[in-house]
Amino acid sequence: MSHIVSLRQAIAENVHDGDTLALEGFTHLIPFAAGHEVIRQQRRNLSLVRMTPDLIYDQMIGMGCATRLTFSWGGNPGVGSLYRFRDAIENDWPHPLQIEERSHADIASAYVAGAANLPFSVMRGYTGSDLPKYNDRIRFITCPFTQERLAATPSIRPDVTIIHAQKADRQGNVLLWGILGVQKEAALAARRVVVTVEEIVDELRAPANACVLPQWVISAVALVPGGAFPSYALGYYERDNRFYKAWNGIARERDTFMQWMQRHILQTADFAEFRRTLAGSAPEEPHS
Amino acid sequence: MADAYSTSEMMTVAAARRLRNGAACFVGIGLPSTAANLARLTHAPRVSLIYESGTIGAKPAVLPLSIGDGELATSADTVVSTPEIFRYYLQGGRIDVGFLGAAQIDRFANINTTVIGAYRKPKTRLPGAGGAPEIAALAGEVLIIMQQSARSLVEKLDFVTSAGFLDGGDARERAGLPGKGPVAVITDLCIFEPDPKTRELTVASIHPGVERAAIEAATGWRVRYVSRVRTTDPPSAAELGTLRDLLLRTAAAHGTAGDGKPSSD
Repeated sequence: MSHIVSLRQAIAENVHDGDTLALEGFTHLIPFAAGHEVIRQQRRNLSLVRMTPDLIYDQMIGMGCATRLTFSWGGNPGVGSLYRFRDAIENDWPHPLQIEERSHADIASAYVAGAANLPFSVMRGYTGSDLPKYNDRIRFITCPFTQERLAATPSIRPDVTIIHAQKADRQGNVLLWGILGVQKEAALAARRVVVTVEEIVDELRAPANACVLPQWVISAVALVPGGAFPSYALGYYERDNRFYKAWNGIARERDTFMQWMQRHILQTADFAEFRRTLAGSAPEEPHS
Repeated sequence: MADAYSTSEMMTVAAARRLRNGAACFVGIGLPSTAANLARLTHAPRVSLIYESGTIGAKPAVLPLSIGDGELATSADTVVSTPEIFRYYLQGGRIDVGFLGAAQIDRFANINTTVIGAYRKPKTRLPGAGGAPEIAALAGEVLIIMQQSARSLVEKLDFVTSAGFLDGGDARERAGLPGKGPVAVITDLCIFEPDPKTRELTVASIHPGVERAAIEAATGWRVRYVSRVRTTDPPSAAELGTLRDLLLRTAAAHGTAGDGKPSSD
């Protein structure tokens, strides 16, 4: 049953140490506010899943929340490296991070399989790639009907999936649009689902085939305007490309990263205060 | 007579020319996206550009900085989910051309975007596979665009992320990969094409003013040439003008050169 609560309560009730946790959103609608709250509540030993770790997992990995990561593309989109992700893999900082590396097509299919209550996903993939040599959960099976060789990988069934969406109604039904990524599948594959939204409205007025998650598949909805910043919410605000570029300078070194996280995440009460501290601090680089 | 142009502009123009009008093209971000949009704005207005964020028929006025910029969604014919773009469109065999970039390739056009050094103790951890393994496997054919250097065109890859012609010859067909594989690697110096028999990348066209010695110095294997090497046509005034306008619009919109690289660090 969905209920509308504060983000703090939603995370406290639904995200536990040791959980398998997926925060999805493909460049668009990345649930940054929820990720920050997981960091504030100092969750540990999480198995994180996300196609593109992006800055939010760079932050969570750098703050020591995760011991395991399943992913398919770990870069800062349009900018370059994720330095905290790299430091964890290359230097075990702040502690070792076990990785399970897959491809986009695989993770997307594995969420579909998870949502469909199947133990594995089947696809045409990985032939000729070295990935199966280093990930023994990528295997090959023979089709019982055609004898074709196909890749099989375990479905992804998170304990908790968190997404950000544009709207919820007062019953907690959720509407999202634009680039949808794997959010619907990741939500339906999970035991518990937390959704942050830009606004809560009396009626969604969604067209018949819109992407709506019914309230009874969602555990908690929290109102967090701007909660996808510095990614974007179509129809509400644009991606803050300056922040993505500035992150390069913040996250490259451990101490500048730790100072930034202290100041902007650990010492702030919530996302609104985070945004205020960010507005108050000197911009990391001039607007060109 | 065209204006003076940079090697990078020559590369983008030469790559754009390889994309035929009307093709359904799965586009990577950065250099492939620049070249594919230049094609769309010049000789290939009916090309359908598909980004792995699920945007089909994207017609961005400015180049996207990320694979999921709002501009791609709002300018697209439709936006589908990630499972749908990979399962129905790519795996379904509906993509004519995969347009990829690469950190490293070898002489059989296999691609590494995963690690430099050992996988479990990498010297440099790269972003990883993304959509590339399945695009390289399943698209009807593949175009690769990349800056050429002895560090990027190497004799042996530390890691094969995405398959080209594997060990060469008919290895790709024997492995059961459905797409034709890479048909051209377009660099800032020249255009490589796979030898029809050995599948080794062979220089087919050299950009104007480039010496063979420069190509050989920037290639990690012993370079072979087709018997009648062409000289790449220099960019026309129209191609250059369109490309420069696109990059200027992009820089004005988000303060970058629009080829995936920030204009300032």
